[in-house]
Amino acid sequence: MSDSAPFTLRAGRWLERRLPQIVVSPLFALSLFFVYGFILWTAYISMTPSGIMPVYDFIGLDQYARLWATPRWYVAIKNLFLFSALFIGIAMVMGIFLAILLDQRVRAEGLIRTIYLYPMALSFIVTGTVWKWILNPGLGIERFMREAGWENFTFDWLVNSDYAIYTLVIAAVWQSSGYAMALFLAGLRSVDDEILKAAAVDGASPWKTYTSIVLPILRPVFLSTVIILAHLAIKSFDLVIALTGGGPGYATDMPATFMYSFAFQRSELGVAAASATMMLMTIVAIIVPYLYSELRKTGQ
Amino acid sequence: MQTIRKFAAASMLAALSAGSTAQADGTVEVLHWWTSGGEAKAVGTLKEAFEAQGGTWNDSPIAGGGGDAAMTALRARVVAGNPPTAVQLKGPGIQEWAQQGALNDVQAVADAEDWDAVLPPVLAEIMKYDGDYVAAPVNIHRVDWMWANPEALAKAGISEMPTTWDEFNAAADKLMAAGITPLAHGGQPWQDATLFEDVVLGVGGADFYRAALVDLDQEALTSDTMVAAFDQLRKLRGYVDPNFPGRDWNLATAMVMRGEAAFQIMGDWAKGEFLAAGKVPGEDFLCAPTPGAGFVLNSDSFTFFKVSGDDNLKGQQVLASLIMSPDFQKTFNLAKGSIPARTDVPLDDFDVCAKKSHADLLAAIENDSLVPSMAHEMAIPRSVRGEFLDLVTEFFNSEMSSEDAVQRLSEAVARAM
Repeated sequence: MSDSAPFTLRAGRWLERRLPQIVVSPLFALSLFFVYGFILWTAYISMTPSGIMPVYDFIGLDQYARLWATPRWYVAIKNLFLFSALFIGIAMVMGIFLAILLDQRVRAEGLIRTIYLYPMALSFIVTGTVWKWILNPGLGIERFMREAGWENFTFDWLVNSDYAIYTLVIAAVWQSSGYAMALFLAGLRSVDDEILKAAAVDGASPWKTYTSIVLPILRPVFLSTVIILAHLAIKSFDLVIALTGGGPGYATDMPATFMYSFAFQRSELGVAAASATMMLMTIVAIIVPYLYSELRKTGQ
Repeated sequence: MQTIRKFAAASMLAALSAGSTAQADGTVEVLHWWTSGGEAKAVGTLKEAFEAQGGTWNDSPIAGGGGDAAMTALRARVVAGNPPTAVQLKGPGIQEWAQQGALNDVQAVADAEDWDAVLPPVLAEIMKYDGDYVAAPVNIHRVDWMWANPEALAKAGISEMPTTWDEFNAAADKLMAAGITPLAHGGQPWQDATLFEDVVLGVGGADFYRAALVDLDQEALTSDTMVAAFDQLRKLRGYVDPNFPGRDWNLATAMVMRGEAAFQIMGDWAKGEFLAAGKVPGEDFLCAPTPGAGFVLNSDSFTFFKVSGDDNLKGQQVLASLIMSPDFQKTFNLAKGSIPARTDVPLDDFDVCAKKSHADLLAAIENDSLVPSMAHEMAIPRSVRGEFLDLVTEFFNSEMSSEDAVQRLSEAVARAM
C-alpha cells in the first residue's frame, strides 16, 4: 500500500512525458512508410527496366540516360524554371503592393480583402477552364476587342507555342497573388507602430520607411510565402491540364505532366520514376540551402 | 486457412445457387471506359446478351483520361492477384500484358467457332499471343476517313471528293479563296498523329506505311517518301484555322456540320456525331477515304485476364463466344457507329458509309493494303507511339523543316526501342 502510491505517481509521470510521443508515433510510422518508403521505392524503380508493370531487375542509370536524351524533358524543365520564377516573382510583388495599399486604412477593407482573396477559393481546374475561355482567340479577349472595333487586335498567346507558357503565369498569378497579399498584410499589421512613428519623427520618407525598415522586418513572411508559392509552382499539374493540356504540341509541358504521361499513358514506369526522382532532387537542391540560410539567420 | 476459405466460398456459392439458377452460365467482371452516350449503349447490349444467357455481369466502368484511369486500376488489380475477367484493351497493349503472364487464352472457343476464318488476318494476329487467342475484337473502326460538308464544297465550286493529295490541296486552296476553313482539326497530339498516318498511307502506300509505322524500319523512316509525307502534313497545317490548339475532335466535326469548315480527317466515330445531329449521310455530309489506297484499321477488343474458379472461367468462355457472335457484332456496331470485326456479318441495316467501309475492308484484305493504326495504339507499343506523337505534334505546332523532322523521328524511335 505504501509503495504503490509512488509507483502510480512515477507511472503517471512517465506517461505524461511519453504520451505525446505515443500519440504521434503511429502517424509518424505511417508517414515514414507512405512518404519516405515510396520515395525510396520510386528511386529504385528508376533504376529498373520497368515498363507497363514494375519489375525489379537493377540496370543502373539507363533510364536517366534515356530521360536526358528526350527533347520533351528539356522543354518541361525549362518551363518549370520559367514558370516558377515568373509566378513567384510577380505574385509576391503584386501581393506586397496590394498589402501596402490595403494597409493605408482604406474604407471597406474587409470587403476588398475578401475580393482579392477569393480566387484562392477556386481550384486550379476552375481557374484553368475560365482562363482558357478568356484567352481563347475565338471566344475571349481577342474576339471581344475585334468586335469592339480594333480589327487588328491580336492576343493569341494561348495558341502560340512560344507564348503559351506565359498564359499559365497569368492564370496562376491571378489565383495566388491575393493569398500572398493576405500573408503580407498580416505581416505588416504585426510591425510595431512605435517603430513607424520613430521613423516618421526622424523624417524618413514613406518609400524609405518601407524599403529600409518594414520589408526587412517582414523577412520571415517572405520565407513562408516563397515556400508556399514554390510548392504550388512545382505541383502545377491541374492548371496545365485544364488551361493548355500541355499544348500547343507539348510546349507547356511541366515535369509533373511529363511524368504523368510517361507513367500512365506510355507504360514507361522506369523513365517516369527517373523524372520524378529528378524533380525531387531539383526541389531539394533549391529548398535545402534556402531553408538553411534563412533559418540560421533567424536563429531557429 | 486455404481450406477454410475454400469451404466458405463453396458454401456461399451453394447459398447463391439455391436462391437462383443464375450461376449456371458463369460470372464475369468487365472493366471498360465506355461511359458516354453511344458507347455506354453499345456495351449495354453486351451486358443484356450475357445476362440473357443466365450469367452474372459485374460492370466496372472507370471513366476518365481516355482509359488512363482504367489502366491504373487494372495494374493495381493485377498486382493484387484479383484481375477482372475481361478488360477493354487493344493493340500491342494485349501483347504487353500477355508477356507479363497475366492473360488467359480462349483458344478452345476460337477453335470451335473458327475465328480465323472470319477475322481479317491483320486483326487476328493482334488478338493472339503465341498463336492462341487472348482477346476478342468487337468492332472495326476505319481511321482514314474524310468527312465533308457538300454545301461548303459547292460554294467553292468543288463537285468531287478529292482522290489524291494534289487534288485535296487544290480544293483546299479554292476553299481558302472562298473564305471557308478547308480543314477542321483539333490540335491534340493524337489528332495530329491521325492526320500524319493517313498522309503517310496516301503518300507512301501500304507497304511503306508498314515499313515505317509498324516495323519501324530506319531506312523507311529516313527516306525521301517520309520527307514528302511531312511536306504534305505541313501543307495541311496551312489549311487549319488559327484557333485549333486543344480543340476536341467533336467540336471540329461540328465546324463541318455548320459549314464553317469543309473537311475533317477523322475515324468513323465522327459519323456518330453527324448521325446524332440528325444528318443524313450522302446528303448532309459526305464520307470518302482519305487520298491513297488502303485501309487504316482501328479495333476495340476485350482482353481476357487470368481469372480462376470454374464459375469465372466458364463466364470468360461464354463472354468470348458472345462477343464474336454475329448477332452481338451487329447490334453493338449499330450502336457505336463502327462495322463488325467479323467480315461475314450482313450489313443490310447499316448506313452507306459503313457499307463502303466494309467493301473497302474486304478489298484491302484481298490486295494486302490493310494496315493497323499507329495513332490509335494498334501497331506499336505505347512507348514508341508516344515518341511519334511528340514529334508529329511538335512538327505541327512549329516551323520545323521536314528534313529535321525525319531526322529527329528516327532518333526518337531508336531511343524508345
